Amino acid sequence: MNNKVKLKIDGKSIQAEGGTNLVDVAKENNIFIPTLCYFKELNPLGTCRICTVKLNGKHTTGCTVKVSEGMNIEVNTPELLDNRKAIIEMLYAEGNHFCPTCEKSGNCDMQNHAYDMGLTVTRYPHVFSDKIVDFTPKRMIMESNRCILCKRCVEEIKTRDGKDVFSFVQRGIKTRVHIDYEQEAKLSEAEALYAMKICPVGAILIKGVAHEQPFGERKYDILGKDVIPSFKSGKAKKEDHEKFIVATTSLAGCFGCHMSLLDIDTGLLDMLEIVEFNKSPLTDIKNFTKRCHVGLIEGGCANEENVHVLREFRKKCDILIGFGECAIMGGIPAMRNFIPLKECLEESYMNGMTSEIGADIIPAHEDLPKLLNNVYPCNEVVKIDYYIPGCPPNAEHIWKVVKSILLGEEFSITHDEFKYD
Amino acid sequence: MAIQDNFPLRSSLMSVLWDIQRKRRFISRDDMTKIAREFNISRMELEGVISFYHFYHRADCGKYTIYINDCVISQYSGRNVIVAAFEEAIGVKMGHVTADKMFGLFKSPCIGLSDQEPACLINFQPFTNLTPFKIKEIISQIRNGKRAYEICDTPKSVIQYTPVIDKTVFCKPYTPYSSLSFLKKYNPEEIIEEIKKSNLAGRGGAFFPTGLKWQFCRQNKADQKYIICNADEGEPGTFKDRVLLEEHPELLIEGMIFAAYSVGASLGAIYLRAEYRYLKEKLEKVLFKYRKEGKLGKEISAKIPFDFDIYVHLGAGAYICGEETALIHSMEGKRGEPSTKEVFPVEKGFDGKPTVVNNVETLCAVPRILEMGVDSWLAIGTEKTPGTKLLSVSGDCEKKGIYEIEWGMNMREFIKLTGAKDAKMIQFSGPSGELLSEKDFDRNISGEDLSCGGSVMIYNDTRDLLHILKNYSNFFVEESCGICVPCRTGNFLLNKKINKLILGHAEEKDLADIIEWSKIIKTTSRCGLGQSSSNSLNDAMKKFPEIFEKRLSENTDFNKAFNLEKAIEEYDNIINDLSTTYE
Ligand SMILES: Cc1cc2nc3c(=O)[nH]c(=O)nc-3n(C[C@H](O)[C@H](O)[C@H](O)COP(=O)(O)O)c2cc1C
Ligand code: SF4
Ligand code: SF4
Ligand code: SF4
Ligand code: FES
Ligand code: FES
Repeated sequence: MNNKVKLKIDGKSIQAEGGTNLVDVAKENNIFIPTLCYFKELNPLGTCRICTVKLNGKHTTGCTVKVSEGMNIEVNTPELLDNRKAIIEMLYAEGNHFCPTCEKSGNCDMQNHAYDMGLTVTRYPHVFSDKIVDFTPKRMIMESNRCILCKRCVEEIKTRDGKDVFSFVQRGIKTRVHIDYEQEAKLSEAEALYAMKICPVGAILIKGVAHEQPFGERKYDILGKDVIPSFKSGKAKKEDHEKFIVATTSLAGCFGCHMSLLDIDTGLLDMLEIVEFNKSPLTDIKNFTKRCHVGLIEGGCANEENVHVLREFRKKCDILIGFGECAIMGGIPAMRNFIPLKECLEESYMNGMTSEIGADIIPAHEDLPKLLNNVYPCNEVVKIDYYIPGCPPNAEHIWKVVKSILLGEEFSITHDEFKYD
Repeated sequence: MAIQDNFPLRSSLMSVLWDIQRKRRFISRDDMTKIAREFNISRMELEGVISFYHFYHRADCGKYTIYINDCVISQYSGRNVIVAAFEEAIGVKMGHVTADKMFGLFKSPCIGLSDQEPACLINFQPFTNLTPFKIKEIISQIRNGKRAYEICDTPKSVIQYTPVIDKTVFCKPYTPYSSLSFLKKYNPEEIIEEIKKSNLAGRGGAFFPTGLKWQFCRQNKADQKYIICNADEGEPGTFKDRVLLEEHPELLIEGMIFAAYSVGASLGAIYLRAEYRYLKEKLEKVLFKYRKEGKLGKEISAKIPFDFDIYVHLGAGAYICGEETALIHSMEGKRGEPSTKEVFPVEKGFDGKPTVVNNVETLCAVPRILEMGVDSWLAIGTEKTPGTKLLSVSGDCEKKGIYEIEWGMNMREFIKLTGAKDAKMIQFSGPSGELLSEKDFDRNISGEDLSCGGSVMIYNDTRDLLHILKNYSNFFVEESCGICVPCRTGNFLLNKKINKLILGHAEEKDLADIIEWSKIIKTTSRCGLGQSSSNSLNDAMKKFPEIFEKRLSENTDFNKAFNLEKAIEEYDNIINDLSTTYE
């Protein structure tokens, strides 16, 4: 059959078989349209919207377009690139994506897109979704807080007698995927594994096998691309003979990020040529003694004191950098946001395995900082200028960013240095 | 055999659910298991359908279920007093059911009675122009054994304005069956030709040329085709379809007959929103009459005789089901999620067959056009939009109700007709339409300029714009189908921004965010809901910048929405609580 059509993608003239899927045609011509829900040409789901392109000037999803004569398609305009990034960010904000603790990390399509786009933080406030994590099914665990509602599982996984195993329930922001237990039990081991495999994120997990493949050797650990982060131009100002002043602190974090700071070995000495530390656990200076160019924040805000320290940093530093997942989105401590504070405290001090029999006291004293109702990412308390993701972030990554901010140098980060997990 | 039986089995799912819901007041787990077995689907798939529609309940919603309109027009008509009166009369708060399961009190988006608010539905029977006194009466009558249908009101069709008689299209008497003589005069292609010549465009809001739609459907060969009338009328503030259904069901049915004849469809359905359930029986009576007269059914006499019949399909509460592809899914007994847009219903619609979906007003116009002749029709209105338009007017004006206006009318002239003396803002074509300010009042109502689906909500300067926008935003958050992230979460995030503005925590950056985020939502959402949900907010920022500026606080590096005192309150309470109980 010869049914060649001519079309234009980003100004490039292209010949293709009429009626083939645009995403595939673009790929053959080395133009990459990111996709997340696109799975089968036969039945494009069109749910995730990240493949949004412009077709003859109108927005539409690339995965649902079949190419025909004379089409003019825009893929990589600044607007469209930002739209895509925005959608990924929205997906991150809408669910609870604690990549460092996620079974899918390294095999996750969404995470990989985020790496490719150099995503360090979402522009949206976190929703901290509190949907159920369902352990009831025979083989599977459904972690709805990671589900991006791509609908692959709903459309693709059926029992042999043709019934749906996964279904959307509720609507709007409450929509989630629910497993039908009776049908799930009918699936064979292989079918269940297939369900986990086609889920582009870590929402469908199979009990006992989710961790089988070692981290670091997964699909995108090998395939990932390097990124060139975008930083606002301009650099920190200082007199020539002075050093840059840097302060650091660890709020509700594990100090892992600070350990990573020291991980550049002798590089640290070079660093000290241009940088002087002020308030920081590294110097043990407890109070600011001068105004700082840069403040590095590890951890989010879990208690009153964290908030005071963070606000103090905002006042005393020109530029604030949040480094590590905890600072950016609350990280592991924020997992308590889904459990009432009272239960957390009772579990820690009264009912936990390590508390004494009959313990009935939750420590409270005026010298103890009061706990906040939730753990807050730093940018929900003060304005944060830059973010360095990772748990902990790679040492090279941290210093490249700091140096670039201080000196205004451009830099690129390898995939390995950039990863969140 | 009922007409429904000619449709695929699954399309009866919603009416089976309605039966159970009406009998038991909720759909129990056991019922779900049985229904799932009956329809040969998984229980969870069924639950997905049930939980999509807000009128299906999974817990007892009371023998008498009261729904009160939550929209802004209702609020400005004194909704709060009415809610309080109900709460007092039945003894439970909004969202709850009395202990004896006698009454349940719930909120619902616009119920299509905006000109007679405050209003409510009790067991889907309408009660209008409520007062606390009237509510006491209603509840005590119900307690004394009266049924809702015995004591309910009949919503009035308040026609406030029509053009001179030979320019009036809809709001004048009609002799049933009279237009059907054209079936004998014209063959199907000729009808399509007439409608194409008339330039009639869809009145559901998208203004797609009706003749063209019918032609496409006719061209697609299939063993079965469908005509669906979209009577979902969900856009807040509109009620013109209700009035047409009430006053001129014959026009609608005959419009559908012409559509069926033209495209070669033998089955039709009226998708009636559940809020209008009180109209169902009447519609069915008229359909019965048409059937008895041989105007529906087998071998309808025409130049080329044909078979066609219509039944009424009841929705169950979901604004998105007004979107034609969502509507089709809903009729198929599925969740009302819109399809992606590469195939249109005229090609693959209901049950995968060519389907025409038309709005009530569009279909009602067809017999009228044939009756008056295309030339007289074209002489009315403007070039792009000939004829007249029904507008539903509510809000701060003297004369609420239906206006049949000739397209092209000047906005100021129109406002004068409504008796609105101090109109400051007008929400035109519903929350997803355009917000108008004084500056727009010199424009004309027409396809060339200010197009309108039917809803006109007028606000005077005592109304708080942000409060109005918040109400719209709540509506879109509630009604998003949830399939695409920009709409389901984007609208939720915009809603939070409006909160920030209301609380005085917003800075300039927040306004910039709103503009940027809206654009993302608008350009990446799958259907018209997401593509238009941020219109009013953005119009408002453009047209009333001073209102927003007033709400801004100074730019700082701190996030004012974070309140430390509030954030530690819970901890303080726990500690206080513990020390008191343990001492
Ligand atoms: C969110 C949304 C809601 C809609 N609601 C309605 C409605 O309530 N009634 C209606 O007739 N059309 C509604 N429409 C428009 C329909 O999709 C469709 O265009 C219309 O029914 C076609 O009929 P027409 O050509 O006669 O206007 C809606 C569209 C969208 C995107
Ligand atoms: S790896 Fe897990 S947490 Fe991270 S984006 Fe993927 S699903 Fe979400
Ligand atoms: S569970 Fe996975 S496959 Fe299913 S809808 Fe969610 S993200 Fe998609
Ligand atoms: S735009 Fe909103 S209503 Fe439309 S398909 Fe997307 S989520 Fe559903
Ligand atoms: S890949 Fe096209 S919408 Fe998801
Ligand atoms: S302390 Fe949590 S990521 Fe560093």
